[in-house]
Amino acid sequence: MGAGQISYDVAHLIGATVLMAGLQLLYQRRLFAVINTFAFQALALAAAAGWQAHVQNAPHLYVTAGISLVFKAMIVPVALHWLIEKLGIHRSVETAMSIGWTMMAGVALVALSILLVLPVTANAAALTRESLALAMSVVLIGLLMMITRRNAVTQVVGFMALENGLILAAVSAKGMPLVVEISVAFSVLVAMTLFGIFFFRIRERFDTLDINDVETYRGDRQ
Amino acid sequence: MLIVASLSVLVLLSALAVVAGSREITHRLVHAGCAAASLGLLVAGLTHLGIGPGGSPSIVLPLGLPWMAAHFRLDNLSALFMVVVDLAAVAASIYGIGYCRHLPEVRRVTPFFPLFLFGMNAVLLADDAFMFLVAWEFMSLASWLMVLSDHKSAENRHAAVIYLIMAAFGTFCLLTSFGLMAGAGGTYTFAAMRQAELATIPAFLVVLTAVLGAGSKAGLVPLHVWLPLAHPAAPSHVSALMSGVMTKVALYGLIRILFDLHGDVPWEWGAALMVIGGASAVLGVLYALFQDDLKRLLAYSTVENVGVAVIGLGLGIAFKDAGEPALAALALVGGLYHIVNHSVFKTLLFLAAGAVISATGERRLSGLGGLLNRMPWTGTAALIGAAAISALPPLNGFVSEWLILQALFKGPGLPHWAMKFGVPVVGAMLALAGALAATCFVRAYGIAFLGRPRSLAAARADLHPTPASMRWTMAALALLCILLGAIPVTVTDALSAVVQPMTGLHFAVSADLGWPWLSPVSSTRGSYSGTMLVMVGTALFAIAVVLAHGLGTRRVRRADAWDCGHREDIPETQYTGQSFSQPLRRVFGTSVFLARETVEMPEPGERSPARLSVRMIDPVWVWLYDPIARAVNFIADRVNRMQFLTVRGYLLMMFSTLVFMLLVVAWRQQP
Repeated sequence: MGAGQISYDVAHLIGATVLMAGLQLLYQRRLFAVINTFAFQALALAAAAGWQAHVQNAPHLYVTAGISLVFKAMIVPVALHWLIEKLGIHRSVETAMSIGWTMMAGVALVALSILLVLPVTANAAALTRESLALAMSVVLIGLLMMITRRNAVTQVVGFMALENGLILAAVSAKGMPLVVEISVAFSVLVAMTLFGIFFFRIRERFDTLDINDVETYRGDRQ
Repeated sequence: MLIVASLSVLVLLSALAVVAGSREITHRLVHAGCAAASLGLLVAGLTHLGIGPGGSPSIVLPLGLPWMAAHFRLDNLSALFMVVVDLAAVAASIYGIGYCRHLPEVRRVTPFFPLFLFGMNAVLLADDAFMFLVAWEFMSLASWLMVLSDHKSAENRHAAVIYLIMAAFGTFCLLTSFGLMAGAGGTYTFAAMRQAELATIPAFLVVLTAVLGAGSKAGLVPLHVWLPLAHPAAPSHVSALMSGVMTKVALYGLIRILFDLHGDVPWEWGAALMVIGGASAVLGVLYALFQDDLKRLLAYSTVENVGVAVIGLGLGIAFKDAGEPALAALALVGGLYHIVNHSVFKTLLFLAAGAVISATGERRLSGLGGLLNRMPWTGTAALIGAAAISALPPLNGFVSEWLILQALFKGPGLPHWAMKFGVPVVGAMLALAGALAATCFVRAYGIAFLGRPRSLAAARADLHPTPASMRWTMAALALLCILLGAIPVTVTDALSAVVQPMTGLHFAVSADLGWPWLSPVSSTRGSYSGTMLVMVGTALFAIAVVLAHGLGTRRVRRADAWDCGHREDIPETQYTGQSFSQPLRRVFGTSVFLARETVEMPEPGERSPARLSVRMIDPVWVWLYDPIARAVNFIADRVNRMQFLTVRGYLLMMFSTLVFMLLVVAWRQQP
């Protein structure tokens, strides 16, 4: 399988779409836009997994594609939307590093990944090489997003983007065992993180209320 | 067989001391057992030396690391050091039987004392690096625990912390040294290390780390700082072993690596060791000269004597590398002789200091005085020890320093110009150190044992008689000082056999004139016979006594004794330790220690006395250790901030590390 074959070109296109979505995440200024971009990335990932399942003739990858489609492209974005509205989180992205610099860093990371992966995997199949470089860029950009954004929701999105990169790497390599298990485990992890944030915010809010109550009560008795 | 049995006895005694609790009989039994076990080891060492080069028995025990058994071996060098260690150990153990009664925290000492002896002997017998280091740590930690035995005093705790840091540093250096010698193959037996060929840089690092590691334990300047703190903090019989013997075990490690395992050290290292030794000798004795604490004075004097021995070793390396095995053997015999001697008289002096402390409870010279009348045994033994350490003939200290000086006189014959000029300088430093040591011990002995008591405790010293075990030990060691000086040829012949494998030449110091004359270079260049000196001296003394008693008048005359300008009832008018050393403080103190004297005069009409106060700094602390401590604190402060970062901060650190390593990988891949 090499350049010019339809399976290679399509896989390359979908992988590049995942990476583009990753870069797109970096320059969003509003939280809803971030979540929508993430949903798009998850959709692309599901397409990548499905295409690989078809090309590699590996039906278990359809499970990965399904998890990605249902959980990441639908449930998580909806849940995040609901959380933001319910908890009244400030809706603009708070950056720790200006967007221009972040984009440049992201491009530099992509260059680094390509420089790194292509020589190392000189003997591997062409598809694996390209996909690994793409996947590694996605992972690094996810990490970059976790660092350069202050808000907890954007950090969770960054983490999930990182995880998308890992899954992309896993589905692209032929004969990779435990891909399904890995994707399930990561999804559970992300769910736990979301619930963690949710409960943390709730408890924070009620704790504050409780303390206010106590202070008001003492004020009344005087 | 005897050795294995004795070592096992030591370990069992330690267990017994833990189990049997804190009754006085336990402490006495343990110390007596230690004496018996050390005696066994001493006999084994002497037998091995006495039989001569009859091979070196070795034994492999299934101990230690699973893939490597524990190797032990007894050759001439370890036998010599075993004699040195166990001679002092027998003395200290017997002394301990009587002494342990006076110790406030004896139950914190007894369990570790046998372990300490075990560790020192095991270092000498070890034939692989793993056992060597394990035994070395046994020695360090057991002695550390005994330093900490009187842990209620803040000063002792400070000493223990410094000691622990320096011990860890030393072991780390030795570990590096052995690791480099073992090489990539990782065979840690000494037999394999002897065969190994080292490249230039590892060979240099091996010697450097060995000098740092063993030097820090031996107390070479500037790594000596823990020694004057830790040695006095331990109980006196332990101080005696730490100062008299443990420093020698460190020198054994140095000799073992430089002359046996490495075996091919370039002359530059000899020069470096001579400079370090000379600096240790002069600085050590200068420190000692200004001390008021009796035990700390003795500890600083150890720094000096280790320096003297190291001069001998360094000269040996230089001569050996220059292809002069006979002179190398002479220098080494001198160095080893000094090691033997110092272990005897330093043990004796520390034991005497212990007797003084247990009788008076006073360690400061300014609180002692007039003890010779009140403690005649201790006073006489300490006099012999002080004369020996000041290198007065016919005692043992003179012989070894004389031999080293004889070797130094041949130094200008070395081919390198640095050595031609440098050796006489080191010789001058050695001579200066010898003269200052004599001053130092005239001062220590004169202030502590002569004159009038400077405190009530010193005046009442005769109310606490010294136990028999302590008195006899000191007497035996004092006799040994005389004996080792009286039969120098016997000693040098034994040492020549030890030195032979190191230089590859059998060299008899007495070759020219024969027993009992030492003639190291030639019969016309310089010769000495302690034996003749003792015999003639005794004879002259006897004749003088007979003449004085036979010809002198029997009439008794009474007159006032000259009171040296001070009244009997005011001991403050005597010379003090400070005033005795003041001229030397003026000469050396202002430049080396930046000493400043200030006089506070009372206002006219006021009746208070004028006060003279002296402020001195320790240059080693100020210039070397304080900056290191500040740097460590500075870095620790910076690192401490890393505990309080945000999640993003930690992620950033991980991310930058990852990217950095990826960059390194990408860079390494470029063709």
